Amino acid sequence: MIELENVTKIYEMGNQQVAALGGVSLSIDEGEILAIMGRSGSGKSTMMNVIGCLDVPTSGRYVLDGEDVGRLSDDRLAVVRNRKIGFVFQTYNLLARSTALANVELPLLYGNGKDHRRRAMEALDRVGLADRARHRPAELSGGEQQRVGIARALVKQPTILLADEPTGNLDSRSSEEIMGILQALNRDEGITVIIVTHEPEIAEHTARVVSMRDGQVIDDVAVDNPRQAVIQGLER
Amino acid sequence: MNAITILRTALSSLGSNKLRAGLTLLGIVIGVAAVISLMAIGRGVQQTITERIQSLGTNLLFVRPGETSTRGVGGGQGSAASLTIDDAYALQDSPFAPSVSAVAPELSTSAQLVAGRKNTSTTVVGVTPEYQFVRNFPVEFGQFIGPNHVETNAMVAVLGSAVAEDLYGFRSPIGQNVRINGRQFEVIGVLEEKGGSSFFSFDDRVMIPITTAYYRLSSQRTTQGSISVQTINVQIEDVSVINAAMGEVATVLRLRHRISGDDDFSITNQQETIEALQEATNSFVFFLGAIAGISLLVGGIGIMNIMLVSVTERTREIGIRKAMGAKRRDIMLQFVSEATLLSLGGGGVGVLLGWMLTLLLNGRSVIGSTPSQTSFNADIAVLALAVSAGIGLFFGIYPAMRAARLHPIDALRYE
Repeated sequence: MIELENVTKIYEMGNQQVAALGGVSLSIDEGEILAIMGRSGSGKSTMMNVIGCLDVPTSGRYVLDGEDVGRLSDDRLAVVRNRKIGFVFQTYNLLARSTALANVELPLLYGNGKDHRRRAMEALDRVGLADRARHRPAELSGGEQQRVGIARALVKQPTILLADEPTGNLDSRSSEEIMGILQALNRDEGITVIIVTHEPEIAEHTARVVSMRDGQVIDDVAVDNPRQAVIQGLER
Repeated sequence: MNAITILRTALSSLGSNKLRAGLTLLGIVIGVAAVISLMAIGRGVQQTITERIQSLGTNLLFVRPGETSTRGVGGGQGSAASLTIDDAYALQDSPFAPSVSAVAPELSTSAQLVAGRKNTSTTVVGVTPEYQFVRNFPVEFGQFIGPNHVETNAMVAVLGSAVAEDLYGFRSPIGQNVRINGRQFEVIGVLEEKGGSSFFSFDDRVMIPITTAYYRLSSQRTTQGSISVQTINVQIEDVSVINAAMGEVATVLRLRHRISGDDDFSITNQQETIEALQEATNSFVFFLGAIAGISLLVGGIGIMNIMLVSVTERTREIGIRKAMGAKRRDIMLQFVSEATLLSLGGGGVGVLLGWMLTLLLNGRSVIGSTPSQTSFNADIAVLALAVSAGIGLFFGIYPAMRAARLHPIDALRYE
């Protein structure tokens, strides 16, 4: 359960103060799949950073699963990210010199669990890349790299999956694949999936679309019949 | 993050840029190898000197006048004419000094020697026949000073090998005349070459009867008429009784000099001489080590430099790790362990290289003209390793802190 109450985020740019978020209130239930839309500069990235506990609001309250995370220290936020949030990035952000498996293992290094190797393999298998475990990112296609990214986001079994323009660098077929995986994770495992995007075709795959402009939420609509991604040739 | 994971992460990121890691390593390698080999050379010189002194016999005591055993009496040490040749003979025969096996008084002065057109300046030592055995000066040609020479104040001299070569070259000096401070002496013998370092030589000296030295050459004479001496060399039965012997000698001399207060003589033994010399050479060894230490420091700065570059280059990686839940401590540990691993690896290779250098330099002339041995010590190797690990830690902390402080968003956005 994500609750934002009148959240602002103000950046200092030299002498100027820029309000990236100007008092946003938003509530997201567990198990939702939604898109946050807006042009660049609309504040959607800042919104994602706050929701993802990468940044704290300047004012307002952010309550995540009953815990006020808006005032936590950097290290406490790191723990929250590690336990509850999986990130999927536009540019994948994989470690170039590590194998797919090692990349997926990364979040496990910063937690307490055991069986890193096995859990990482399971996550890779979940996105259909078990046979690519020993490959480095450079040896994988864009779509495959993004699937490694999703596996890495999944491996700690987070409650929230935050995807920042996850298909921004992919062709339409790979994009469809990625959306299919995200929808499946939401449907089968009840993970809250939040997708930040500026592409309407991507937003069509979600059940709720939050539109932003100039640091404000200008529209928040439910989509009755989200489009289901057609997955072709993705080995499961 | 557990230790194995940290180590593996550090190894893999170092391995990703092997040339850079190798070059950074080199700074520490050179520093540690320099410390090890220079210290080995220094210790070797120290050992050589010690051994040379020990080769003179550790079962020797030196009695010298005019120097109280307690501190306080300052000037004029050794210059007082309080010890006489009679003191020496008394020690030889005294029932109070059973540990004494032989006694050899000496009276040295520096003098100008002239033979034909050659001349040299050296130390002339007035001795008794016992001196040859007590101080171990075997004769190569001719004979040593005999009892009759001492009795008759004979004008005879035994030359050290260096002096003989200086004055006579390859000709035999036996039977030749030499003028010492203007007085004519007959050369009756040449001593065997003893060798010696550039620091001091036993071959650059001349021996004459002690009586001749006193009556013909010395400027200092006591009014009592007995021959005063500068040093009484006392040979004792065995090193194990050295403390007892020192007590006995002191007792005999106090009785003879009717002393109730401060002694008018001092007794030292070889061990003390060695210790004093070691103290002096220690600072020399330390100096060598310090010079080498500077290069180790420079190596450490190299590590810091490369770690700073690495932090900048890997800003995005740091961002990714932080997004995945890495705490400051995790990032800090990662970079510190990389730096420490670098310096420790460099230290290991450096120890190996230093050890090989030490073996290579052993027995070669490194300082002065005398070949000296080198002495590789495990303690210095361990110390060098510890210091290099410490350097990695020290110079790694600042870059690691910079990495740990990065904000995840800024780090992720970094291009």
